[in-house]
Amino acid sequence: MAEKRPNARWFVIALPYLWLAVFFLLPFLIVFKISLSTPTLAQPPYVPSFNSLAEIWEKARQFTIDNYAFLASDSLYYSSYFSSLRIAAISTLLLLLIGYPFAYAMARAPRAIQPMLLMLVILPSWTSFLIRVYAWIGILKPEGLLSAFLIWLGVIDQPLRIMNTETAVFIGIVYAYLPFMVLPLYASLEKLDPTLLEAAADLGCPPWKAFWLITVPLSLPGIIAGSFLVFIPAVGEFVIPDLLGGSDTLMIGKTLWREFFGNRDWPVASAVAVVLLLLLVLPIVVYQHMQARQVEAAR
Amino acid sequence: MATRALGPVRRSFAPWNDPTAVPLIRFDKVTKRFGGFTAVDDLTLDIHEREFFALLGPSGCGKTTLMRMLAGFEEPTEGRITLGGEDMAGRPPYRRPTNMMFQSYALFPHMTVEGNIAFGLKQDGMTKGEIASRVEEMLKLTRLESFAKRKPHQLSGGQRQRVALARSLAKKPKVLLLDEPLGALDKKLRQDTQFELMDIQVTLGLTFLIVTHDQEEAMTVADRVAVMDKGKLIQVATPGEIYEQPNSRYVADFIGDINIIEGRITGASGGRVTIGSAEAEAPLTVASEADLAKDTTAWIAVRPEKTRLSLDAPPAGTANALTGTIFDIAYLGDWTVYLVQLPGGKILRVSQANMTRTVERPISWDDKVHLWWAPEAGVLLSR
Repeated sequence: MAEKRPNARWFVIALPYLWLAVFFLLPFLIVFKISLSTPTLAQPPYVPSFNSLAEIWEKARQFTIDNYAFLASDSLYYSSYFSSLRIAAISTLLLLLIGYPFAYAMARAPRAIQPMLLMLVILPSWTSFLIRVYAWIGILKPEGLLSAFLIWLGVIDQPLRIMNTETAVFIGIVYAYLPFMVLPLYASLEKLDPTLLEAAADLGCPPWKAFWLITVPLSLPGIIAGSFLVFIPAVGEFVIPDLLGGSDTLMIGKTLWREFFGNRDWPVASAVAVVLLLLLVLPIVVYQHMQARQVEAAR
Repeated sequence: MATRALGPVRRSFAPWNDPTAVPLIRFDKVTKRFGGFTAVDDLTLDIHEREFFALLGPSGCGKTTLMRMLAGFEEPTEGRITLGGEDMAGRPPYRRPTNMMFQSYALFPHMTVEGNIAFGLKQDGMTKGEIASRVEEMLKLTRLESFAKRKPHQLSGGQRQRVALARSLAKKPKVLLLDEPLGALDKKLRQDTQFELMDIQVTLGLTFLIVTHDQEEAMTVADRVAVMDKGKLIQVATPGEIYEQPNSRYVADFIGDINIIEGRITGASGGRVTIGSAEAEAPLTVASEADLAKDTTAWIAVRPEKTRLSLDAPPAGTANALTGTIFDIAYLGDWTVYLVQLPGGKILRVSQANMTRTVERPISWDDKVHLWWAPEAGVLLSR
């Protein structure tokens, strides 16, 4: 009996790793393998393809890094990457500026209504993401609700030209990702002891200054968590730029989709995906590192 | 010539007895209401410079609210608070010459000990050199030199308490407010810290206002104690006066142990008042100049340590002589506390100092005993 216990423990530890191996590492290796292949008119649309594991060594010399070289040679790709990072960064900043007051107000609201406010933040996520983004088309299009409302108010006399621009993409991302920014911010602001602000005031610090010296540093874990939580998926976002953005809104998700379904160039599409992953691994590692440090500090 | 005093006194320090002295802090008919609840009720109180003043009372009596109004965290609903002659109305906490040591310490968790102490000094726009030397001075005063670079979560409870003290003292405030400052410490450390606080207060020559529910703490540290109940001051006096001359049953009962016997006034003459009580066979006598009408209800309060207890009857004619049965005994080492049941059923508390290691005729459970006290030992209370 005693000998079996270590096995059970190993099993528990191995389970998440097994999960990651089957559903993350294996697919990634397949994508990586395709990215080293050459496109061809066939089924599947690339060579080499293996019929058995034994063939891997045989055909390995057919692998090529041409696809990566191609990515580097065509400005479309790195401007797509750059544009994605830029849009994600600006969106993160906007989310922080909108989400912080949001979370602050929630954390300061009477205890009794906080669960309800929390519910209201989460509630929209219960409808389909796609439907919510479609709804924004109805709001933002020239003959849509927003323009009609502003014209009715007399603020503008011409319909707005927001639809199919980068502005629409920002609106979409900020709307869709707001809960992911607000929730971690709320979690860290809610823990903040209000006596600390009293202590700061008592020591001669006016409220606006106490906000920068006490509130912001102590909510930094929430700021970092929220920022990563929205930045990483925003970089790879496809649905929002595809539906709300114009043809001039470059984002790597769209480029990847076009390579894959438009050009049927699986190897280049795979190379795009691998590079995107590498781009995102860096901030993820930084995030993990910071989380580990926090856990350490909390001990 | 020896003067009689109630408890120890700091010689030549009693500005509250000097009618020409101008108080540093003045609460003038201050009322504070939270919705329908009156936390502080039409309260008037003067506190003098360099005084160590204690606000004492049970939780919810309004003592913390009173302090928070002085710090500026609450505004009085009615009345006026002046500090050093200036009306504090509408002045935010960050512009008041008071500093508070919080009950929870409220140390900034993201700053080091040094950073916490320097925080208030930085707000005053002091130069780096001045700040550094003041921080150094405070670290030395509170014996925290070796912990300067630590964060609050790396300190023990006692060390955190000293950081909180150092931080609130760093700006040399006109008034230091201490909100239950020692509540989180264990008994031994608390007693040591009480003496330390008194030393620091005298050394720095500052005015301290302490809020506490611990009567022993208030008595130990304070020059004067204000006993509060339901938003009102019941008695403001030196610890000695509060203990020896309580002005009401509430104060007598709140401070230390006491026996209170209810009765009716039967006579008053020559500084003696006699009371007839259902609890005592004979009339009780108490030294008092009070002029109370015959037959009004009054109470005699007598401290356990001022009551004599013996197996033998006192000489005939001894005042306030009662008999009873030992109901219970608590041996505390330095003291033994006897609970004596009177024939009427009332239980009185009598304590005796154990001045010798052995006792010839020990008093035991169920013994018939005699107890008595001098007329001067009791206090006559009319409310």
